[in-house]
Amino acid sequence: MKSLNSVKIQIESRSINEAYARVAVSAFASQLDPTVEEINDIKTAVSEAVTNCIVHAYRNGLGIIYITVNILENSVLEIKIRDRGCGIENIKKAMEPLFTTGGTDRAGLGFSVMESFSDKVKVRSKVGVGTTVTIIKRIRGRASLV
Amino acid sequence: MQTRIEINESIVTAYLSGEIDHHNAPEIREAIDECIISRKPKRLIIDFKDVTFMDSSGIGLVMGRYRLIENTDCKMAIINLSVHAYRVMQLAGMDKLAVLKKKPKEEKNNEIA
Repeated sequence: MKSLNSVKIQIESRSINEAYARVAVSAFASQLDPTVEEINDIKTAVSEAVTNCIVHAYRNGLGIIYITVNILENSVLEIKIRDRGCGIENIKKAMEPLFTTGGTDRAGLGFSVMESFSDKVKVRSKVGVGTTVTIIKRIRGRASLV
Repeated sequence: MQTRIEINESIVTAYLSGEIDHHNAPEIREAIDECIISRKPKRLIIDFKDVTFMDSSGIGLVMGRYRLIENTDCKMAIINLSVHAYRVMQLAGMDKLAVLKKKPKEEKNNEIA
């Protein structure tokens, strides 16, 4: 699908940047006039994906997280979050609800949350090379509430 | 981001505020755990009234506290959840572990910015 507008953001994998990443993506998406709930959905999905990069992909040190947001036809938002970290050995397992390698205070629900707050989540990963998570969400917008 | 804790005899209430994500969850966790361990309350109430954002780190936070008290006689309640935070909690099945309550006014008009 054709991209009508796009933005690229690069951030260092510091946890303090999680808030920046989700706010930046939702600010870009605001041109689609999303509802409050849709803004929250976008922020939450981005927060999960960026946290995964920090907690898992770059667990052994600092790295760069590459975020590309495209606005496609029909108010479809495509958010790509890419890292050059360790990669995921078993994507299917990683996406299972409650599966975590992150210790007792990580719920293991990052991908479940991403999936339930968007229309589609795609994951491509190669061990030792990195991971790209693509989140697709159609924004119905505030006009849909009237 | 500040966690205010109120102790009333055997009830500990933690008032959370701001954004709950992987970055600031540890600080909130430490504040609550310190109080649970020293006070051994009969009831733990976590109040989300002033929480403006929450991702799955909020689930981890509640689940972790639940694990800390599950073998004691302490009961846990999560109150004043926004519609969004309630959805996140429900997704994790937290309603099976603790009493979940939404913010009263948000039940009807959650779409007004």
